[in-house]
Amino acid sequence: MDSSGAQASGTFDADRRNASWWVDRVVQALVFTGGVSAIVLIIGIFVFITGHGFGFITDHMDVGEFFTSPKWRPTSDNNPTYGALALIAGTASVTGLAMLVAVPFSLGAAIFIAEFAKGKTREVLKVLVELLAAIPSVVWGFIGLSIMNPLIIETFDVPVGLNVLNAGVILGLMAAPIMTTIAEDALKAVPEGFREAAEALGATRWQVIFKVVLPAARNGLVAAVLLGVGRGFGETMAVLMASGHSINLPTSPFDSVRALTATIAAELGETAAGSEHYQALFTLGILLFGVTFVINLTADLFIRGRRKP
Amino acid sequence: MPPTSDTPLAAGADADAARAQAPSSSQAPDKVVVQDLTVRYGDKVVLDKASFEIREHEIFGIIGPANSGKTSFLRALNRMDDFTEGMTVEGRVSLDGRDVRAWRNVYALRRRIGVVFPLPVGLPMTIYDNVALAPRLGGERNKRELDRIVEHCLQRAALWDEVKDRLDSLGSLLSGGQQQRLTIARALSQKPDLLLLDEFSIAVDPVTTMRIEDVLKELKHEITIVLVTNLVQQARRLADRTAFFLNGECVEVAPTEDLFTGPIKDQRTRDYVEGRFG
Repeated sequence: MDSSGAQASGTFDADRRNASWWVDRVVQALVFTGGVSAIVLIIGIFVFITGHGFGFITDHMDVGEFFTSPKWRPTSDNNPTYGALALIAGTASVTGLAMLVAVPFSLGAAIFIAEFAKGKTREVLKVLVELLAAIPSVVWGFIGLSIMNPLIIETFDVPVGLNVLNAGVILGLMAAPIMTTIAEDALKAVPEGFREAAEALGATRWQVIFKVVLPAARNGLVAAVLLGVGRGFGETMAVLMASGHSINLPTSPFDSVRALTATIAAELGETAAGSEHYQALFTLGILLFGVTFVINLTADLFIRGRRKP
Repeated sequence: MPPTSDTPLAAGADADAARAQAPSSSQAPDKVVVQDLTVRYGDKVVLDKASFEIREHEIFGIIGPANSGKTSFLRALNRMDDFTEGMTVEGRVSLDGRDVRAWRNVYALRRRIGVVFPLPVGLPMTIYDNVALAPRLGGERNKRELDRIVEHCLQRAALWDEVKDRLDSLGSLLSGGQQQRLTIARALSQKPDLLLLDEFSIAVDPVTTMRIEDVLKELKHEITIVLVTNLVQQARRLADRTAFFLNGECVEVAPTEDLFTGPIKDQRTRDYVEGRFG
């Protein structure tokens, strides 16, 4: 019986559970399971990596050494040291340079797509940017190795082209598409009425964008940048291939560095499960997890902030 | 068709006063002249060969049902079509005797025309910044002058007393009626000599609507007002002359009261104002 019939006969149908009631229930349960499983998974991952790294933190770790010493020598026979400073500096310098590359590119692209491009151009650009985001990171790493490397050696006359500059540029190009997409969403979410109101006041297009649209989209734009930072922080393969992968406190963009992620990827396969070295790598994982968690949480808070009046 | 001067004018004393100022004529000079104005979106004609004029210091009402071309006329007037894809304008609209299309600097044109949109748009900045935006865009940097403009415009929009103690709070947090008055203050801040209102009372409560209507009656001493409304009675209360638009056709332009009680020129107008359709 359809709902109008049910309404017409009043109390008679009030307690009957018909097909749509059951469908509603089942869908509710499915959606609930989906939501909960995301939470369970994230907690599970957290428990897993802390479980494996915790022994190191409690038994072997010298916190001072971990954060201040650049000496990452886990395989030393008589005196292994676990100073992660160089790795942290490697990740930070590469990510920092990547953002210097990605932010202007992606904000510019987002402004162009959202505010200037029309019709076909706009659609084609959007698809291309999204395609760019789908390029596997190992391909980016390959570009770093085979194109950027000789290019840097030749252009800047340095002995090695696998360094902060190489990895930063590659990572910047990798992060730019996702940042562009999110920033463009943020710009599109600015009500058309704001633009019209500003235009009616005699604002030029740049004034509309700089005085009204960008401030109104500020939270979404910050979120886009933060998600890009998170992307850069967590990227492994491209950085491993393009950064030179040598332990260094970088003093110039032409120094080779090693990233936290690349260290885990490169060394984990060669350690005995449960050994001190193994646990130390998991501690790096906890550090990465913590940092990306905070970055993404901040980004999320900014996105939420956007919805407030 | 130019309005004939022998038509009995039912306008108030204000309009008469304004008219008396006009040199060597019994009526005010034309502020806006529209000749064979056609507006299209793509292939669709939304306004078809409209011709009429708007006189200085009058409230010119435009009434008509939805999709009759009212808003399109306003958009053609301040050249919103420049940035609107697919919108094309033919014919001529002139402001103070000059074709708006001949203005090299469209931004300068728009600064002379204040616009109030149907839904209040409190820009996401403080109340102060909302009103100071246009002067700042125009290059005004003097804090004291900006203060003066903000206070003056908010007072003229009958909002000053309600917000003077919280000029630093967000404009978008005001109530709908307050935001609409903020929009009017903002439109006045660029010192326009033409104010366009597009169904300003859609999202505003009746009390605020009456307050804004009082504001408009005051304002018309200084500027010319075009009032697009779907409330026939609002046009009757405020407008000196009124145009009736229907499906892109400008059916009739006459002193407002004539549309209601004068001799019937077009039956469709009378049917609309008496609520028989639309």
